Amino acid sequence: MLQISRLCKSFDGFAATRDVSLVLEQGERHAIIGPNGAGKTTFFNLITGHLRPDSGTVEFKEQSVAGRPPHEIVKRGIARSFQHSNVYPRMSVAQNVQVGLIARQGQAFNMFIAAAELHRQETGELLELVGLIDAEHTAAGDLAYGKQKQLELAIALAAAPQLLLLDEPTAGMAPAETVKMMQLIGEIVAARGLTLLFTEHDMDVVFSLAQRISVLHHGEIIASGQPQEIRQNKEVQLVYLGKAADAKA
Amino acid sequence: MSRILALLVVGVALLCIPLLGSRYLVDLTTEIIIYALFALSLNVLIGYAGNVSFGHAAYFAIGGYSCAILLTTYQWPLWLSLPAAVGLSAGAALIIGYFCVRLTDIYFAMLTLAFSMLVWSAAFKWYQVTGGDDGFIGVRVPTLLEDRMAFYYFALGVVGLSVAALWRICHSAFGRTLVAVRENPLRTGFVGIDVRKMRLAAFVVAGTFAGIAGALFAMYNRGMYTESAFWTESAQVLIMTLLGGMYSFFGPALGAAVLYLLEVSINQYTEYWPAILGTLLILIVLFLPDGLAGLAQKMRRSRKA
Amino acid sequence: MLSNPTFLFLQTFNAIALGMNLFIIAAGLTLIFGVLRVINFAHGAFFMLGAYVCYSIVEQAGNFWLGVLGAGLALALLAWIIERGLLRRLYARDPLAQLLFTFGLVLVLGDAVKFIWGTEQYSVAYPAGLSRAVDLGIAHYPAYLLFLCGLGPVVALVLWLGLERTRWGRIMRAARQNREMLALLGVNVPLVYSGVFVVGAALAGIGGALAAPRLALTPGMDANIVIECFIVVIIGGLGSLWGSFLGALILGLVTVFGAVLVPEWEMVLTYALMLAVLLWRPWGFFGREQG
Repeated sequence: MLQISRLCKSFDGFAATRDVSLVLEQGERHAIIGPNGAGKTTFFNLITGHLRPDSGTVEFKEQSVAGRPPHEIVKRGIARSFQHSNVYPRMSVAQNVQVGLIARQGQAFNMFIAAAELHRQETGELLELVGLIDAEHTAAGDLAYGKQKQLELAIALAAAPQLLLLDEPTAGMAPAETVKMMQLIGEIVAARGLTLLFTEHDMDVVFSLAQRISVLHHGEIIASGQPQEIRQNKEVQLVYLGKAADAKA
Repeated sequence: MSRILALLVVGVALLCIPLLGSRYLVDLTTEIIIYALFALSLNVLIGYAGNVSFGHAAYFAIGGYSCAILLTTYQWPLWLSLPAAVGLSAGAALIIGYFCVRLTDIYFAMLTLAFSMLVWSAAFKWYQVTGGDDGFIGVRVPTLLEDRMAFYYFALGVVGLSVAALWRICHSAFGRTLVAVRENPLRTGFVGIDVRKMRLAAFVVAGTFAGIAGALFAMYNRGMYTESAFWTESAQVLIMTLLGGMYSFFGPALGAAVLYLLEVSINQYTEYWPAILGTLLILIVLFLPDGLAGLAQKMRRSRKA
Repeated sequence: MLSNPTFLFLQTFNAIALGMNLFIIAAGLTLIFGVLRVINFAHGAFFMLGAYVCYSIVEQAGNFWLGVLGAGLALALLAWIIERGLLRRLYARDPLAQLLFTFGLVLVLGDAVKFIWGTEQYSVAYPAGLSRAVDLGIAHYPAYLLFLCGLGPVVALVLWLGLERTRWGRIMRAARQNREMLALLGVNVPLVYSGVFVVGAALAGIGGALAAPRLALTPGMDANIVIECFIVVIIGGLGSLWGSFLGALILGLVTVFGAVLVPEWEMVLTYALMLAVLLWRPWGFFGREQG
């Protein structure tokens, strides 16, 4: 589904991504973990078109997407959520999702079809799914942080992606919310047959959701494999010395 | 509900204006509705797409000059001249917009200004075609429309249809997406929308309707002058849009009416209208950022509370 | 014409003189933008006020240099009042609000000039001591214009040293990067902002006073200069001092030689130049690319 080969990106001499290679099978749930500054968000930005790689390839469903603009990549089937919630604060929750649906249906340039009731049903369904239906008329900026993350998920799903990239989907959430979000993501991914690539600091989430894990450190992948292997990997433990305890908090 | 009522009242009032028997009033209202359309067209760019243009007068001028020239120099009938003039404005907006949307914020604004001043230079220098600094005078208006009242109803019809079309456009899926582009361009890209293309589409829509306003103006005025392409014209329509309120659909139309009436009244007493306009502008910016429409909304809400 | 070395020589000096005068004004604009992030449309109006104030002082006191000083001080005072009273309320607002505010200022100040001085044209003579022409070997050249040629680099150097070597300069440069941090460090940021606006406006006023002997003083003179300033600042890069220096020189050359090569089209040329820069490299020579 997703094949990344020898991806490199530097900023003014600082190598944020070094020679990263990764293969994702369809339906796989893959986590990218690593300490802060390891380059996880840069990696996501490279895959989703926000950044252009210096070298290397990114192939999605056997087509190259490296260096393509974000909107093109979304149309191909990759949708992402953002680490710091990146919603439309002044628009209502329902409208936030509606924009995604309009885009998905290729109606962005349609000047005839009225927007007021457009995709009302599907918007409702998505909001029910992520648990935001009660807030559908609230301005997105007024939502609590955790709920904004749920909205992020809904917007990403509105694009009907085949590959879902979630950047720290439970960041900033209380433990109870985290568990719910985790379950929700798992259910959605299973129900829709999505491939999932996500980053997280919370190791509980990682180990319960992920089928495979890759560890990023200083822009390089130092280990990749099944959760058990990663847990026992010496190098990973070294990198995470003391971090595992923090992550559980 | 109250908005529909207000619209009805305004509509009926507009229809009745000529019946009051004042030629001055008819002329005044004709100019106001033309400028209202001009301001509404700019708001597609400013209010909906969130791109501030300093050069919107270019399309007004192109529409106006084209219509004037086609009607008079080439003796084309109106049903050809008007669409052709609008088409030229749209075309110009497409070409100029293509370059402008590659930039954002102040650079975008400056580039729109530069292009519009180039249009002004063309109008100024191309004496043979446009009359240059002397202006293009003696626009040949079709006999049916020579009567001021007849022209008023024609203009009202054209403006009415245009406003209806703009309403449709701004409240369509396209309009909703434009707002998304304004609110969070980054996110909108990641939702699968080509932001640059959206902004270009908004640019062209805005330019097209500005061209309609310009063509009407040329016929109303029986002439086109280079001032219509100068940056002061762009500034004026910008102020109208902001005074009325850029976050409301009809706001700019209200702004156009208020500004025009203010100017006409104040010019009777003093020659220092610019100073008053400037003060007004400063006051709006400091105390009324959402314009008059925003103020009306706030008042309505506080009454409900 | 261009093959005549004397002509070339004279026109080049004209270009430099014009450029340096422009630089002094534009330096104020770029400074205001660099630190305050405000596009000061009223900069042309400040320029115009400076010229008129200089004229009045020369009429009353007979001394040109007093006029220049007076212009600077008058604009400094005006800017202080404007910034303290009105502009500072807009820092938190979007750039459009600030732009419109300064545009409102243009309208008000323009009419103020008309009100105070009327609409006749005025002129200011070259200052005594610089009123003759200097023999430069190839040709004679007005001493005053030569003075402008030399003043530009001096002002540039003074401003640069001020920004690089003094504490205030460092603070100003820091304010460009990170206002919040500065406030946390205990710097009186509002004072810095006021100071920058005052200095910027004073530069425009002084530039206007210096330009008075060169130009005819009319109420519309602010319109041209503000466009020219913007072109200079865009060419050089918004916020860059040396960028403005370079941009001013370029515009000076384009204006002067444009008037020679394609007379009647100079205005088109200036807009075409602005267009070209914005299309090719909008952040100018020394500006930073938009993220």
